Amino acid sequence: MPDPLLELHGLSKNFGALTVTSDVSLTVLPGEIHAIIGPNGAGKTTLIHQISGTLRPDRGTIRFAGQDVTALPFERRARLGLARSFQITSIVPGFTALENVALAVQARSGSSFRFLRPVATEKALNEEARAALDTVGLGRVADRTAAALSHGEKRQLELAIAIAMNPRLLLLDEPLAGAGPEETERLIGILRELRSRYGILLVEHDMQAVFALADRISVLVYGRVIVTGTVDEIRGHPEVRTAYLGEDALA
Amino acid sequence: MTAPFRKTFRKHGLALVTLLALAAAPFFGFGDGFALSLLARAMILGMAAVSLSLLVGGAGLVSLGHAATMGIGAYAVVAFDAAGVSEGLIVFPAAIAAAAVYALVTGAVSLRTSGVHFIMITLAFGQMAFFTTSSFSSLGGDDGYTLYARTEWLGSRIMDSRLTFHFLCLGLLALVWVGGTLLLGSRFGRVLRAARENPQRALAVGFQPYPYRLVAYVMAGAVGGLAGALLANATEFVSPALLSWTRSGELLFMVILGGVGQLGGAILGALAIVLLEETLSHLLVYWRLVFGPLLVLSVLFLPDGLVGAPLRLRAAFRFASPKRRSADA
Repeated sequence: MPDPLLELHGLSKNFGALTVTSDVSLTVLPGEIHAIIGPNGAGKTTLIHQISGTLRPDRGTIRFAGQDVTALPFERRARLGLARSFQITSIVPGFTALENVALAVQARSGSSFRFLRPVATEKALNEEARAALDTVGLGRVADRTAAALSHGEKRQLELAIAIAMNPRLLLLDEPLAGAGPEETERLIGILRELRSRYGILLVEHDMQAVFALADRISVLVYGRVIVTGTVDEIRGHPEVRTAYLGEDALA
Repeated sequence: MTAPFRKTFRKHGLALVTLLALAAAPFFGFGDGFALSLLARAMILGMAAVSLSLLVGGAGLVSLGHAATMGIGAYAVVAFDAAGVSEGLIVFPAAIAAAAVYALVTGAVSLRTSGVHFIMITLAFGQMAFFTTSSFSSLGGDDGYTLYARTEWLGSRIMDSRLTFHFLCLGLLALVWVGGTLLLGSRFGRVLRAARENPQRALAVGFQPYPYRLVAYVMAGAVGGLAGALLANATEFVSPALLSWTRSGELLFMVILGGVGQLGGAILGALAIVLLEETLSHLLVYWRLVFGPLLVLSVLFLPDGLVGAPLRLRAAFRFASPKRRSADA
C-alpha cells in the first residue's frame, strides 16, 4: 500500500457545546477518490474547512504528503498542493475565466512582487491556464467574464482553478451542487479523468455520482465516521441504511 | 488605428486628452500667475487622488486618512526649510520617505482590519498626524508656516518659474498615472484586484493578501508625500489644515467623482473639483449651497464617474435615436 497523501488522526472540533467533528481519522491515497457522505448537519463541510486550513481543529493532527500541516494557514497549505473547491462557488467575478485560472498558475510560478510588466501578456501563465480550461471543457469561454458564465460553467471554472494549482490533493465540497442533469454528467466525466492524477476527497450529496466515482466511502454522522469501506460494503452496511441512505436510495 | 491602440484609447482617452489640455493651457489664456497656481494645485491634488484611487479602486482599501501622507510630505519640506536646507535632492526624497514610513507603520496596523473598521482606523491615524503637526510650535503650530524659499535643485532655483513648475507637476502627474496603471495590470496588481473582489479565492490559490496590500499602501503613501512636497512649494505655506480629515474626504470625493474604475478618473475628479470650487466661490457667497447638490447629482447620474460619462452619453444617445442604431447594424 502506498503512503497516504492525506492522513487525519483523531480530529475533533466543538462549537461551544456542539460537537461538529468527533475523533475523525481517515486517509486519502494517491490516485484515489475518497468520498464523504452523511446527512445534512453531519459536519462534512466543517471537516473540509479543517483540512483546508480555514478552521483550526481543537484536537488531532492533519498530515499532508508526509508533513504535519495542522498549524499551517489556508494559503500555505494551498501552496503545498492542497486545492479546495467551495460549496458556494468562489471565483473572481470581474476577471475573465482565463484570468481566474491564470491567477492560480501565477501563485506557483515565481514572485508576484513584479510591478510593471503587463501580466495579461505573460504567455507561460496563459498557456497553462488555457490547458486547465480545456481539461474541464471551458476553452471556448476563456475570454468571457466569469460573472457572465452559467452556474454549471462556474463550477467547472472552479475545478479548472484547482487543477491549475498543480495540486496533489483536491478537496471538493459538493462540486455537483445545483448542477443540472447534463452538467452533472459532464462534471462526473471530468472527475473520472482527474482521478488518475490526484488524490480526491469528495463531499457530495448526489448518491449516484458518489457510487459511480468513489473508490472508498466514509459515512459521517454527527461528526463521527461510523464506517469506511468500498462502494459495495457501504451499500450493504445495515447501520448506514438506517442512519442515512434509506431503502429507496439503494433500489 | 490598430485594434489594441484603439482599445487603449477608448479606456484612457479622456485622461490623455485632459493631460494634453493641461500641457496646452499655459499657451491658451491660462498662462497668468493666478491660473497657473490654480492648475498646479489641481494637478498636485490629482496626483494624491490617483494614489488614493490605486488603493480604493485597485485594492478595495477605502482610506479616510490619505491627506496625512500629503501633510507629512509638506511638513518635511517645512522642517528642512526651518533648518535652512532647501536642496531638492535632500528635501524631496526625505519627504517621500517620511510619508512612506508613516504609511508602512499605520498600514501594518490598519490592514489587519477591513471594511468600516479600516475606514475608521485610517481616519484615527490621520487625526493623530493632524494633532501632531498642530503641536509643532517651532513650525507655527495651528497658524502654519510660511516657506522662506522654494526648493532648489543643485542650487538652481528652477521651481521659482511658475511655467517650469507647471510642467514639472504635469510630468510627475503623468508619471504617477502611467506607473499606477501599469502596476494594476502587473502580476502584483492582479493579486490586489483578485483580493479586492474575492479574498477567499486569493487565499485558496495561495496568496495571503496582506503583504501585497501593505506594499500598495506604502506606494500610495510615498506618492502622497511627493504631492505634499510639491504642494508646499506651490502655496509656499503649510498648515495643519492640510492634514485635516475633510481634506482626506475631499481626496476621496475626487476619486469617486472621477470614477473609481480607472486611475485617470482621479485626475478628472481633482481638476473638476478644484476648478468648480474656484469658479463658484467667485460667483456666489454661499457657493457651497450649489456645490453640494452638484456633487450629489453627479454621484446619482454618473455612477461610473466622469471617465464613464462619454460611454453613458453615447448609450443614451443611441437609445434616443433608434434610426442611427439600425444604420450601425
